[in-house]
Amino acid sequence: MKLSRFTRAGLATFAACVVFFLIAPLLVILLFAFDASNVQTFPIHHWTTYWFSVAWHDPAVRSALWLSVKAGVLATAIALILGTMVAFGIHRYRFFGRDTVSLLLVLPIALPGIVTGLALQSAFNLVGIPFSIYTIVIGHATFCIVVVFNNVVARLRRTSTSLMEASADLGASPLQTFRLVTLPTISTAVIAGGLLAFALSFDEVIVTTFTAGAQNTLPLWIFGAIRLGQQLPEVNAVVVGVVLLTLIPIAFAARMSSGEGTGRSTRSSI
Amino acid sequence: MSDRGLRQRVGAALWRRPWLRGVLTLSPPLLWFLVIYLASLVVMLVTAFFTVNSLTGNVVYQWTWSNFSQILTQSVYGSIILRTLLMAIAVTITDILLALPFAFFLAKVVSRRWRQLLLGLLLMPLWASYLAKVYAWINILSNKGVLPGIESKLGIPPTHIAYTNIAMWIVFSYLWLPFMIVPIYGAFERVPDSLLEASSDLGAGSWITFRWVLLPMVLPGIVAGSIFTFSLTLGDFITPLLIGGSNSDFIGNAIYDSALNGGNLPFAAALAFVSIAIMAIYLLLARFAGAFEAL
Repeated sequence: MKLSRFTRAGLATFAACVVFFLIAPLLVILLFAFDASNVQTFPIHHWTTYWFSVAWHDPAVRSALWLSVKAGVLATAIALILGTMVAFGIHRYRFFGRDTVSLLLVLPIALPGIVTGLALQSAFNLVGIPFSIYTIVIGHATFCIVVVFNNVVARLRRTSTSLMEASADLGASPLQTFRLVTLPTISTAVIAGGLLAFALSFDEVIVTTFTAGAQNTLPLWIFGAIRLGQQLPEVNAVVVGVVLLTLIPIAFAARMSSGEGTGRSTRSSI
Repeated sequence: MSDRGLRQRVGAALWRRPWLRGVLTLSPPLLWFLVIYLASLVVMLVTAFFTVNSLTGNVVYQWTWSNFSQILTQSVYGSIILRTLLMAIAVTITDILLALPFAFFLAKVVSRRWRQLLLGLLLMPLWASYLAKVYAWINILSNKGVLPGIESKLGIPPTHIAYTNIAMWIVFSYLWLPFMIVPIYGAFERVPDSLLEASSDLGAGSWITFRWVLLPMVLPGIVAGSIFTFSLTLGDFITPLLIGGSNSDFIGNAIYDSALNGGNLPFAAALAFVSIAIMAIYLLLARFAGAFEAL
């Protein structure tokens, strides 16, 4: 589109401001994590890495981290299996109610998270299931499935079926075709979907509030600490750790899917 | 029969019956959604019509409208619902206004290299932990935080926006902005450049092209983004609690309080019913705008 130099400059300035607005708060947490003071004031006078070691040696933080990792891994495993299956089903077969299934998949992220959380709590309460790591996993897997689905279905749409047909024509059994042809073409999309699902689960707090009972995942520990206004310098260090731990899998996932499925279900898209 | 022979026979049987393969691949994920997700939603919606015995704290399984009549008649809940809705609308509009020019710039103006760089930068606020971002804003806005610090350095009178509705509006707009940028960017990206050239060849200026060619084509992206901003605001209780002031309860806070502090699941369910109803109306409107393609 032909734009005047004036319009271009205006847009560039506006975009720079948006980027600053998006990034600056993240730099603030990074800075405050190295603040030596007990009470956070700006500007920062003394610098330290002391709070990172406090956080790392805090048993409450450690057990919360461990629970988050375990729940994230289990939820991701379920999401990988079910998300890939439903992607194949939706992509390969035309059937009555196909659109309804697609709608059903996005429902856990289109409806407010608190609805999913409260619904699960009501069901656990009615059936008499006590809170455990599995109740957390059930909640997380439900909203992680769509992330895997989006990644895999985007890849399937881009690969032509002629490859699989050729494999069958050359005498491969359906299982062989799946293992030797289909799986290698979708593998990076599956891995990317899994990494995104783990990141989503690792960070989730709203649904978890309702499905964790007295257990503390890392986000729940952070929420509790901020709310009570206790151990705030330690919270700073933990929060920086969490951001880094989430961004590493995201960076890998972005590499692997290389912008695939952009525009499909926000968090899974880029 | 050998293992290999059995495997081949099963494979052949499946190959001849595509419907069977379809059923086998789709039933586990569908069962998960029906048995766990949908069934839980139904349980919650039914629970909304029960009450809690105020002495024992147990749920009384007796059909009643009392939760809903309480929500409709007590003015507290009216103002909570209104506050949540107004904030959702304000945040959605703010994010559209910020995301539209930014996404346009990203998709249609900058060079490929800059685009890659900016998209990479966008990943950080999109995926960085929600609580980390909220906590950053507490450190920015609080009385001894970054903003008052800079203001006093520059000699500007302090704005005192910590723990107000304005603070919540800024923080919510910040939190959901990436969720608005991504679908709008995707929509812009799908518009072929040749269309814009055609428009300009036919004599349209850049504003006319934007208004009559681009905007209709990115509308589904805008609506898709607004579904996220709306639903995320409706379900939040953490930002109102940590960023808002004394009178800042949202529907989410009311649900949280009655379910987890008050032990009144039926009343919380009735409140959740309200936010589902609001989202349902919104999704129906979005469907008219054809936004589901872009979700």
